[in-house]
Formats: sequence, structure tokens, C-alpha cells
Amino acid sequence: MIHFRYEILRTLRNRVFYALTLALPLVLFYSVASGQRHATFNGTAFPLYFMTAMAVYGAMYAVVAPGARIARDRSRGWLRQLRITPLRAGTDFAAKAASAYLLALPTLVLLFLAGASLGVRLDAGQWLELTGLLAAGLAPFVVMGFILGYLVPVDALAAALGGVVVLFALLGGVFGFQLATSGPLFDVLKCLPSYWLVQAGKTALGGGGWPLQAWIVVVVWTVALIPAAALAYRRATSRV
Amino acid sequence: MLSGLAKSYGLVRAVGRMDLVIAPGETVALLGPNGAGKTTTIDMMLGLTRPDEGTVSIFGVPPAEAVQNGWVGAMLQTGAPLDHLTVRELVRLMASYYPHPLAVDEVLRVTGAFDFAGQRTTNLSGGQAQRVRFASALVGDPDLLLLDEPTAGIDVEGRRDFWQAMRAVTDRGKTVLFATHYLEEADAYADRIVLIARGEIVADGPATEIKAQAGSRSIRATLPGVDVEALRVLPGVRNVQRHGDAVLLSCADADAALVALLAAFPGARDIEVTGGSLEEAFLELTAADVDASRRSTEAAR
Repeated sequence: MIHFRYEILRTLRNRVFYALTLALPLVLFYSVASGQRHATFNGTAFPLYFMTAMAVYGAMYAVVAPGARIARDRSRGWLRQLRITPLRAGTDFAAKAASAYLLALPTLVLLFLAGASLGVRLDAGQWLELTGLLAAGLAPFVVMGFILGYLVPVDALAAALGGVVVLFALLGGVFGFQLATSGPLFDVLKCLPSYWLVQAGKTALGGGGWPLQAWIVVVVWTVALIPAAALAYRRATSRV
Repeated sequence: MLSGLAKSYGLVRAVGRMDLVIAPGETVALLGPNGAGKTTTIDMMLGLTRPDEGTVSIFGVPPAEAVQNGWVGAMLQTGAPLDHLTVRELVRLMASYYPHPLAVDEVLRVTGAFDFAGQRTTNLSGGQAQRVRFASALVGDPDLLLLDEPTAGIDVEGRRDFWQAMRAVTDRGKTVLFATHYLEEADAYADRIVLIARGEIVADGPATEIKAQAGSRSIRATLPGVDVEALRVLPGVRNVQRHGDAVLLSCADADAALVALLAAFPGARDIEVTGGSLEEAFLELTAADVDASRRSTEAAR
């Protein structure tokens, strides 16, 4: 699969972008958590809490990032060129999704290492569970990155990607507080994939857990967004 | 291949009722001024734009299917090479999409891209980028090549090299349709010219036939104060332009027109009969269409 290989190669060759995406959550983590090494937050060690929060936030950024490249390819006319080759759009989506995870997984691993360096200790099963659940919960955001990349003008894209991430992070409780913990608003928040990303982070804190509802929310968002992405792709390629 | 094709953007009719059949192996120029509907036509042939009316069929199947089968290669007007790859990697990537691609190095050589195959696609000159786009269109070994103004923005030398490479390719029996607004390109490289203006085919045939169709010759004469409409109805006259005291008659039959002109206007002086060039034919046929559409707009009011 040359298309997969080159898609990943292009991600890696965009060095500044790749380095920044990996470094930013790391810098945030160390600058805040190193001073709070022995503090606690909502009953858990601060570094553990902040590591999972930054992991969610950084990984969300990483998985929407291919949207920026899609927008650039689109503005260069490459998407139209691709559409008139026998390459199936689905294969292209899959390759882009792979490169999204290629950015997200090192982000997570680096943050986990950073967490460990500040004394976070989890057993192997917990690390794996945390990584797996986060990876699953990121799926809707991968597709969101595609949609924004296909639709938003290149010069507005950074703002759009950042805005979507911050909005979902805020509503999902990534920043350490919930807009609501009961009532109808809470029911709405529980339908957001970012809420469950935060919950995935909390499984490592020994609480929350990932019920069936989490899977349903993540799967429904992903499945609902894929046709929207296909539509956006058609729109992006039919007229420059 | 095209039948009754039409496409409008809002109130602007980009392409109206176009019927065109291209035989396998033909090299056809889609010639027309800017805004004539060339790109829209090519987009519809590629399935990038959905026609409002009519159908496109390529080797008997809809465009999407022909593309899926790898039968079509295209150079679009906008299509900068993909970044973060070298030229060779990009062409290899394009090759990987097709069931029976050509050898990458051979294509790079034919298109003159071999010398800079190791360079990143972001550091190419306009002429180099065009060669890469040509190589990308070619490497899948498609039976039909659609080229939308392939030499736009390229210097004379680059253009000549391009057409040389193109010749080498068409000799292998490919069907080629290229859009251009360069007359000399259409004249020199196409077996057949389809002249379009305002989204409609105004002439179709070999270059010689187009010249004949547009009025093989024209008559220039000095005729002060003459009524242009009176000239227009003379036998053999196709179109009339007035430049001060001089009039220019584009003729389908210059001999008949000359006899009639002298009979009706014995005062005509400085008479000159000139053979038509493709350029005149082009101006004539596209302008005639403007006149016709202006008349029909007026009639509609």
C-alpha cells in the first residue's frame, strides 16, 4: 500500500508540524504539573489527573491535525486530481485516519512517560486500557478533522480546528470541571464523545469506567460523521 | 461521448446542449476563448461536475466507472503536485493507483522530468511542475487523456517540449482531448478542432475545414456611410464589420459576394480579397455567436 506509506511519510516529513504537535501538550504538562507534583485534585494525585487531561487534549489536537493537510491538498487542487484516479475515497480516508493516529499515539506515549517521570505509577493493564479507550474515543474527532479540512477555507482552518477541539474539550470536562453534574444539561453532555474521553482518562484514576453508553456515543458519532465527511469530500472536489 | 450536455451556474449557462462524439485514437482540441465552457466540459467528462442535463459516456460507461477502471488520465488546470514528496515518489504514488501502470522511470524520461526526479515537489519551477503533472496523468497508461490547458503559463520552449512528448504518447494510439485557447497549438497538434463559444460548439472538424466553414476569405472595401445590414444580406456574406469608412465582409463564398457587392454598391473602392487564417475563423465564429446570442436576447425582450 504505497498510498498508506506515503501518507505517513508526508506526516513525518512535515517535521516542524509533527514536533510541535508532540511537544505542545508535553510542555503544558511539565510547566503546570512539575510544580504541583505532590498536590491532589478531586482526590487524586495532581500529576496523574493532569497527565490524563493533557493526554485527552493533546490527542484531540493530534487527530484533527490531518484536516490541515487535507485543506492544503485541496487548495493545491490535489484532491480533485486524486478523485480522477482509481483510488477509492475510502482508502484515502483510511490512510488519513492512520496518519491521524500516528500523531496521536506518540502524543499519548510521551505524556505517559512524562507522567511516569513525575511519579505516576499504573500497572501495564491500566496503561493499555487507558491507551485503548482513548484511541477508541478519538475516532469521531478524526472524522471531524476530515470534514473541517474539506469544507473550511485554508486561512480559517487553524482557528476552526482549534475552536472545535477547545469547545468539545470544555463541554466534555477536559479542563477539570463539568458544566453540569446532573439534570438535562448533564444528559446532553453525556452524549458528547469528549465527555467519554475524559471518562476514559478517569478509568486510570480508578473511577468512572466505560459503560455501554460510552461505546454507543462514540460509535454513533463516528458512524454519523462518516457520510457527512463523504459529502464534504464530494463538495470539495466538484468545484474549486 | 457527450450527448445533450448542459450545465448552469445560477443564471449563467456554462455549457448548453453539447453533443460530441470522439473516436478512439483521435486527438481533439477543444478550442475557445476564456469562459467558453472548456473547463466545465472537461470537469463533466471526468465526473467532477454533474451535468444538469445530458450524459457523458467514456468507452461506453459513465465517467466515474471509466475513472475507476483506470482508463482516464487528466491534467487539470489547478493541480499543484503533492508536497512533502519527491517527484519520483509522487509519480510512483500515482502509478500505484492504476491496474497496469507504465514504468515510472520511463514516464519521467518521456516527460523530461527525469533530471529533477529526486527533488521535492515544492521546489519546482512552473515548467517543471507542468512536466510532473503530465507524468502523473500519463503513468497510469490511460486510454483517454484529458488535458485542460496543459501549456498555460509555460514558455515557448517548454510548450514545444511538451507537445513533442505528447506526440510520442499519441503515437501509441491514445485518445486525447485537450482544451486550449492557443490557436497554433490546436492547429499544429490536433487531428480535429472543436471550437466552442458560450458553451456551445460553433464549429467542428479538421483545421482546414474550420477555416472554410468560417468563410474561407474576406473582402475589405472602402464604402463610406454604407448600411451594414444591407451588406449583411448580400449573397455569400457571413458577417460584416465596419471600421470607419472601411468594411470587412467575412464570406462563405467570396466570389459571389464580390459580384453582388459591386452590383449593389458600384462606389466601392480599394477592394481587397484575402484568404482566411485560422485566427480569423476563430474570431469570426466566436464573434458570430456573440451576435447571435445578443440578437436572441433582444428578441426575447
